[in-house]
Order: sequence, then structure tokens, then C-alpha cells
Amino acid sequence: MPFSFELLLEAIVFGVLLGCFYAAVSIGLSVSFGLLDVPHVAHPAIMVFGAYCTWLLGRLGLDPVLAGVLLTPAFFLLGMAVYRFYYEVFEKRGSDAGVRGIAFFFGLALIIEVGLILAFGVDQRTVEAAYIGKSFSIGDMRIPMRTVVVTVVALVLMTVLTLYLSRTFTGRAIKAVAQDEQALRLMGANPMRIKQWAFGIATAVAAVAGAMLIIIGPVDPGMDRAYIGRTFSVVVLAGLGSMTGTIAAGLILGISESIVLMQFGASWAPAVSFSLLLIVLGIRPQGLFGR
Amino acid sequence: MKALRWFAGMAAVFAMAGAAVAQQPIKIGMSMPQTGGLGAGGKAALVAIRMWVEDVNARGGLLGRKVELTAYDDQSNPAMTPSLYTKLLDVDKVDLLIAPYATVPTAPIMPLVKQRDLLLMGNFSFQVNHTVKHDKWFNNAPWNNAASWFEGFFQAGQKAGAKTIAFLAADQEFAQNLANGAKELAKKGGLKTVYEQNYPPTTTDFSSLIRAVRASKPDLVFVASYPNDSVAIVRAVNEIGVGEGVKIFGGGMVGLQFTPIMESLGSLLNGIVNYNSYVPGMNYPGIEDFLQRYAKKAAAEKVDPLGFYLPPFNYAIGQMIEQAVTATKSLDHKVLADYLHKNEMKTIVGPIRYGADGEWANPRVVMGQFRGIADKNVEQFRQPGKQVILYPEAYKTGDVVVPFEKARK
Repeated sequence: MPFSFELLLEAIVFGVLLGCFYAAVSIGLSVSFGLLDVPHVAHPAIMVFGAYCTWLLGRLGLDPVLAGVLLTPAFFLLGMAVYRFYYEVFEKRGSDAGVRGIAFFFGLALIIEVGLILAFGVDQRTVEAAYIGKSFSIGDMRIPMRTVVVTVVALVLMTVLTLYLSRTFTGRAIKAVAQDEQALRLMGANPMRIKQWAFGIATAVAAVAGAMLIIIGPVDPGMDRAYIGRTFSVVVLAGLGSMTGTIAAGLILGISESIVLMQFGASWAPAVSFSLLLIVLGIRPQGLFGR
Repeated sequence: MKALRWFAGMAAVFAMAGAAVAQQPIKIGMSMPQTGGLGAGGKAALVAIRMWVEDVNARGGLLGRKVELTAYDDQSNPAMTPSLYTKLLDVDKVDLLIAPYATVPTAPIMPLVKQRDLLLMGNFSFQVNHTVKHDKWFNNAPWNNAASWFEGFFQAGQKAGAKTIAFLAADQEFAQNLANGAKELAKKGGLKTVYEQNYPPTTTDFSSLIRAVRASKPDLVFVASYPNDSVAIVRAVNEIGVGEGVKIFGGGMVGLQFTPIMESLGSLLNGIVNYNSYVPGMNYPGIEDFLQRYAKKAAAEKVDPLGFYLPPFNYAIGQMIEQAVTATKSLDHKVLADYLHKNEMKTIVGPIRYGADGEWANPRVVMGQFRGIADKNVEQFRQPGKQVILYPEAYKTGDVVVPFEKARK
């Protein structure tokens, strides 16, 4: 494909939109893995579960974004329950919790996938909304409205989480538990309960991310596998636990992928996330926004 | 006298043992994608094979023995099929094998069946025997080489005055085989390739690729994709557009034959020219009755309610096994393969005669153009004319409408 500035501009614009989508699906993981240090490889599977729940609510006529928001309380409770189980069975018991934790979350992801297959079958599911399947033009450029909606939701999610973590007592406690769990314990707080609360928030955010997933395109039960690498790349690239960094990393990844895909070939696109990750970790091991 | 009684007793025991052997069912084994990307098609195909098993057992079975089917879920995963077929052969001791649906899960078992010299009834694979050259392979799909697939597509392109072509293909065995064949045909037809892109199977959003296709300003856009990709590509085309100059779009998009996908895409399908195996209006003896019976089973099992693409051809696999076993009175793979090579098979998808490579000697791939499709209406697809047949000539119901943007409206 010959180089053209018009195509490059399109690639950058679409990369921004794609990047915000990557950020939207990674924000929950930024909390659970970035802040809590829980190897939550089931995050994309919970997201896909959220997408299916959005689909169910969509059949009742609810808008997917609204459905995603309505799902958050139930997913919050689910997240708290999952963390409690993980804490009691793995984290509480010793230093190799990380390795066994990965096995636990892989198992959880598998159970979710099989459960979705049994409940909904293997067919793809889609939702309908006024902004899905429509696009608008800026000059010769046509931009899908669904990507704009996802971008707006991602920015709102990031703002809300950033404000929550920096302005509220519980938010600061979550950051504190990420920085020094022992110090928090000495202050008389219970780190487990704070982490349980934070994991609930991460899971609730995954429900909204699931709604974004089904807005972007059809979902099927095995879709989580495509997102494990990307979401972890975004979170590590960002610097563990940084919400602003998650958006920035998502944008870097989205723009790079989009340019590589359009100018050099689609087969190179998946390699972009891991190449970027290796480069950043080599130069700045704490990630772009990590301290 | 005592010795005579002893011999009589032993003879009775052997006769009873023989009868017991005769009563053992004939075991047919296969894996089938029942989950994963090919699961929707695989489950529908399995319903049809089970219908044949029921039918043949109702007729008394084969060689006086009941037929028993063992079908494992290979999860659309090609890494699983060699071990599943080894299990079928060495643990389950099946008598006959049917291949799983589609090229990707089938390709890895070809060396196994070739090495053990076994009969394998193919199941909608494309060119998996091209390099293996196994003489006991018989594909149920109505094609042989790439030319048989896309002659209709390129004929329509020539009629429309196309000079340039863009290729978009999934980076996996089936799509690459298709795209490579299509590229050869395009070269022979004097078409200039202006864009060529392989995409990884994990691609979820195709907007960037469609933008690149549009920027290359092709006359024809040839797509070789798997079900999930096909849906995303059609949606991206609807949003981004492929350009006013594109005359024909489609070709080898798997998934646009499956009812749930057709229903979900609805009017977005209009204008697309794509391959198919059967569309309403093609009258083969027995197919209407089969589709009516299938529709009831499909509703109960929550699979593809129309079942035009795979189920009749999977039922045909059973019919071919039945015809060969009944005629030869044998389960010997060599004897059956000889019969299948030399004789015309009578099936609900019409008569089938095999070439030396185990593919159809007289292929019948349909190239159709979606027209007048409305949203949210499954029943419309039962009507002839919703997919206008452009090719083969014997079944033609209309000419291609170009350009693509006009045909979409």
C-alpha cells in the first residue's frame, strides 16, 4: 500500500478511537492487577460475561450502555465474592499465591466460557442501538458512531475512577493498600476488606467494558482469549494502577496498531502490543506512568 | 455319541458367538466442531448426520447391524483433531470415519488416515487432499479446485468490465487456499491486483482494513473469511463503505450461509456476491422432505433453523456410506473406496461422481447475490430469489447487479 497522508490521518483518528476502546476494556484490570496485584487473567472472560448480560438486557429493549451501567451492582457483588474466595484459598496461604492464583483465574475464565456456551450456545450475539451500524462523515472520512460512543464511555469511566481513587476516603485507602499493605494494617484498617471492595469495583467496571465489547462488535463465548494479551499489555505499559496511564497506553497501542495495520499489514498488528511492551519495559520498567 | 454331542454343543456356542458379533453395531466415528468459531455450522451438520443414522436404523441398519455414531467436540481446534481421531480408531474401534466440518480441523488428520490407509468421508473441506493425495478421501462439498469455486465470481466480474481486484483473506489454511486459487484465476483473467492483505484470525475490528481497501479503488473485492470475520467485515463495509467504484464484493465469505448470521446481518447482506452450496429453488429429489424434517429437529436442538448450507450435504455423507456398504456388502475400506470412485452416488444434493482426487468430478458451487433482504426475518430466506443464482448456468436465476453500492440499496 503506497504511503498517503490522507490514509495516515485516517489511521491516527481511528487509532485514537481504537485506543479508547482498549483503555475501556483494560481499566478494570488496571485496578485488579495494577493496584491490587491480583493476576486476574479472567478479567476478559468476566467482560465477555458482561457482554452477554448486556445482550440479555438488550432483548428487553435497554440501550447497551445503560444495560452496562445497570449491571454494575450485581457485578460488584460478584467481584467481592470472587475475591473473597481467592483470598481465603490462595492469597492468605503463602508466597506462591501468585502462581496458584493464575491457575485459579484461568480456571475461572474457562468455567465462564463453558457456562456461556451451555447457556447461550456458540453463536455470536449482537445488540442493537441507534448508534450501531451508523457512521458520520468528516470530509472524506467516515467514522463509525459506535466507536465514538465507546470513546466517550471510556473517558467518563477513567474520569470517574480517577476522581474516586484520589478524592474519596475508600479510593485513597485502595491506593494505600497498593503502596504499603503492612502500613495500612498498622493504621488499624483491614487490607483484605479494602481489596475486596476494590476488586468489586474492578469487576463492576468489567461489566461496563462488556457492554462496550458488544457495542464494538458481535461476541462469542471464546472471545476473551483475544483480549488477555492486549489488556495486560495496556496495564503494564501504563504503569501498574495508573488510570491516566491506562488511557495513554490504550491510545499508544491503538494508534500504533492502526498505522501498522494500514501501512504495513494486518499480520503485524498483534505483534505491536508486545513489541511496545518490551521496548517500554526495557527503557522504563515501571511503565509509562508508574512511579 | 458323546463326541457328537460335544461337537454339536461347540457348534451351537460358535453360532451364538457369531450371532452376537453380527448384532454388534457398525460404529461410525468423527469429531465435529460443536463449540468455537465453527460450532454453529458443526452442530447443524451433526443434526443431519444423526437424522441419517435414525433413518438407516429404521430401515434395519447396514448389513443387518445397527449403525452407531460417535461424535466428539473438537472445539473448532485443529490441534485436537489428530488425538480425537486416534482415540476413535484405537480406543473406540470405529469401523468408518467421517471428517469434521471444515478445512482447518480436517487438515491435521489427513496424514493419519493416509498412513493407516483409511477411508475418510470429507466434510466441506477445501483442498486438504491436494498435497496428501490420499486415494480413500471423498469430499461431500460441491467443489474441487479454486476454479470451481470462483468461476462464477470472476465471470460476473468480467461481465461487469472489472479490471482491478483487491484481496482480503484470513491468515489460516482454508482462506489462504481459497485466496491463492482466486489470485491465480484473477491473473489468468488479466485482472490487476491493487491491494492484497492477510489478516490474523484474532482481528476483531476491520474498519482500518476496509479503509485501506477503499483507498486502493478496486473494481472487485474478493474476501476469504471465516464466520466471525465475515460478520465484522460486512458491518465495517456498511459503516465505512468500500467506495463507489467497487462493482462486486464478496466471494469466499464463510458464515453468510448460516441462518443466525444471515438473520443478524439482514439488509446489510444486500448486494454481496458470495458462494453457497444450496439455495432455495435448486430442486434435488428428496431435499424438500429432508429440510422439512430437519427444521423440526433444528428447532428442538436450537441450531441453524434453515440448514441449507451444511445439513443436506452431511445427510448425503450417510447416504453415500449406505449406498457403498449395501452394494459391496463390505466394510473394507479399499472395497468401499473402489466403489465410491467407480459409481455415481445418489443423494439429496443430487448425483455425485468422484474424480481421482476424491473431489466432485462435476462441481456445483453456487455463486449468488443477496437481493431484497429485510431485517429480522428468518422466513424470507426460504423463498427463492433472496439469493439470485448467478452461477452455475444450469441453475441461473438472474444476472449480477453492479456496482456494489447500487446493489446494496
